[in-house]
Amino acid sequence: MTTDHAVRDVAKAPSRFDVTKFAAIYRRFGTILIFGGILILASLVSPDFLTQANLTNVLRQVVVVSLLACGVTFVIILAQIDVSLGSVLALCGVIAASVMAMTGSVLLAIAAGLLVGALTGLISGLVITIFGIPSFIMTLAMTTVARGLVLLYTGGSPVTGLGDFKIVGQGSLGPVPISVIILAVVAVASWVLLNKTKFGRYVYAVGGNPRAALASGVNPSKIIVKAFVLNGVLCAIGGVVLMSRINSGQPAAGVGYEFDAITATVVGGTSLMGGTGNITGTIIGAMIIGVINNTLNLLNVSSYWQQIIKGLIIAVAVILDVWTKRAGKGRS
Amino acid sequence: MNAPQSDIVLEMRGITKRFPGVLALDRMNLKVRRATVHVLVGENGAGKSTLMKVLTGVNSIDEGEIYFRGEKLELRDATTALSRGISMIHQELSPVLDMTIAENIYLGREPTLGKGILSRFVDFKTMVSDTQTLLNRLGLKYDPRTRMRDLSIASMQLIEIVKAISRGASLIVMDEPTSAISDAEVEMLFRQIADLKAHDVAIIYITHKLDEIFRIADDITVMRDGQFVASDRASNYDETKVISQMVGRTISSIFPKENVPIGEEILSVRNLTRAGVFAGVDLNVKSGEIVGLAGLIGAGRTEVARAIFGLDPIDAGEIRLNGEPTHFASPADAIRFGVAMVSEDRKAEGLVLCRSVLENISLASLHKFAPGVFINDGAERSEAQRMINLLQIKTPSATVVADNLSGGNQQKIVIAKWLLGDLRLLILDEPTRGIDVGSKSEIHKLMVQLARQGIGILMISSELPEILGMSDRVFVMSAGAMMGELKRSDATQENIMRLATGGLS
Repeated sequence: MTTDHAVRDVAKAPSRFDVTKFAAIYRRFGTILIFGGILILASLVSPDFLTQANLTNVLRQVVVVSLLACGVTFVIILAQIDVSLGSVLALCGVIAASVMAMTGSVLLAIAAGLLVGALTGLISGLVITIFGIPSFIMTLAMTTVARGLVLLYTGGSPVTGLGDFKIVGQGSLGPVPISVIILAVVAVASWVLLNKTKFGRYVYAVGGNPRAALASGVNPSKIIVKAFVLNGVLCAIGGVVLMSRINSGQPAAGVGYEFDAITATVVGGTSLMGGTGNITGTIIGAMIIGVINNTLNLLNVSSYWQQIIKGLIIAVAVILDVWTKRAGKGRS
Repeated sequence: MNAPQSDIVLEMRGITKRFPGVLALDRMNLKVRRATVHVLVGENGAGKSTLMKVLTGVNSIDEGEIYFRGEKLELRDATTALSRGISMIHQELSPVLDMTIAENIYLGREPTLGKGILSRFVDFKTMVSDTQTLLNRLGLKYDPRTRMRDLSIASMQLIEIVKAISRGASLIVMDEPTSAISDAEVEMLFRQIADLKAHDVAIIYITHKLDEIFRIADDITVMRDGQFVASDRASNYDETKVISQMVGRTISSIFPKENVPIGEEILSVRNLTRAGVFAGVDLNVKSGEIVGLAGLIGAGRTEVARAIFGLDPIDAGEIRLNGEPTHFASPADAIRFGVAMVSEDRKAEGLVLCRSVLENISLASLHKFAPGVFINDGAERSEAQRMINLLQIKTPSATVVADNLSGGNQQKIVIAKWLLGDLRLLILDEPTRGIDVGSKSEIHKLMVQLARQGIGILMISSELPEILGMSDRVFVMSAGAMMGELKRSDATQENIMRLATGGLS
């Protein structure tokens, strides 16, 4: 009887597409499989893709978005969102550039940028938790406030005369760009924070079920504020790297970066509904976006088409997330 | 295979359903006769809910066949089952609260004003009068224009039944319909069920309450671990037989209460008041003691517990722990003091469903595994595994997502979470509601063990046998007030009910 049953299982398995199994595989390996596929595709369609110069270029290009994506991963796991990443990046980067121009100290410049980033995060986090308003609305407000502030401060013109500031974004340690090293450090630190510390666990718990977290002695508001501060600091690091690479404080920089960062995070498997996600996925997600951007550039595809393609990618990624979650859901 | 006999309205044959890592249904069979109440019993996790989800088209089946009224049923989605006459009344109702009774009943198939463009407009007049006719026919005295929000849970259930009938259902599945309603409302429901049978409607009734089974069942089917165990006329069953088939063993003593030495007072609450919710509540719990908090649903018991645990604010009164006046501003404060609470709603407040068993167990005591910044994975894992073994939590591994476990096992996770910490006072709010007999007994045994270790337990329960069987003392609340305290020797069903209904002892 049992053997009979087992035989039937084997006979039936290949004849039908098993949705549940596909969902389980996608949830585990989806991002990495997609990344592999895109790498192969990129090297096939463009002979220039696999050159060392181009790959270093791709890495340099993804650094800023990856930094933002690491921060916003914490925010999204908490079932919150931050759409002010690009503006906050511009504000922090310009403040850093301006302090650099005034004092000539790289360290002071970076410290000033990070402080402003932490401050914007603190403000967003506090307003969201104290007044209970949706993070989308608060960070939308922060988007225009931060952009307005940076334009007001600079009068709309770039900050120049930055001296050694460019070392952060342009310098290399041997063959490896310093900005890539910064990203590596940030990514590893974010991973450790999320997976190996109490704070990381509380982020998952609050994102999954804030009421259960509260009843288990976790203060959800505190975790949310901390995550927004962290997110602000990573925006600032992104700003410093970007302004240093272009060697001037550009008040109009970073427009639309939040979109790439959120796309990278979601493509990387972090659910917009909160409670699940990880940094490894986010970094791979950012790489996927970077490689797609790079390949389309190599192929001379217009930037308008690039926007359309990126829009489709985020829609498909969210559809796959929702769909595989539903298909993989167990009994209740 | 032969076609099913004609007095069988539903036959499910060899139903198999797999979820990742779990065989939820294993060649399960079910035969329901026309115009009968068929009670489906089994421990939590036995697969009852999955079987019903398969029947109503919420989940697809991997193997097996379903015959309904003599025809083979191919279910692609939930609408097919509905249109063929199978309706389900879920344990957790989801009416549109701000719509009226009539609007809820006709949701998605509203009568319209006419053809063409007129078919876009709802004919409210017809909708209300049709609903009125339906309610009259069923002998229910509701105004179709009442908003759902203004109805009790039991009334909402009856409206769900009306909705099912209005859709022409000839088979209605009821999943623990009496879990959240009062005794008087249960009577109303049972009268309605008898009436449904008279109108040739068959009912599949899922329940954990043994006394209910024998009041309404015509037939009983027992399932265990996703498999068919036995099925027979209810008259051939008694409680012992049902329980032994469910658990596969005979449970000797239902309440394992032991007398353990009672120590110092741990918790003392005096004149506790929260405006509009409860007032002047006094109660106390001693070390090693199990104190029952009885009362009808809505008496304010949960609210008192929440206030003690720091989840809700208080307006007046005093809480003392080990003699020290305390007031917990948040559960975090309470936990630091060794006070824990198992909420009555484990999905809403007990668990982070999308995270693993391990993470849920360690959530409240992470500081134990992370003296500095980093979590000691090894220590955490071995402690969680110890809890899984101690409480016999049935899970493929510690890293499985909590959502994939059955209700009884989820409840054990919530309890395990608190056992990891340094516990002094454990507040249990309906610790065994909706849980199978086997897990129930295990949780009761655990309570006794904890009491023996000197932990004080405050147990809220709406099941009188549980209150009587487990408590050293019983406090009874009614309408936000403490009505009295009974010693174990004085606590009888009659005494408790008299206090709970507002009478004097």
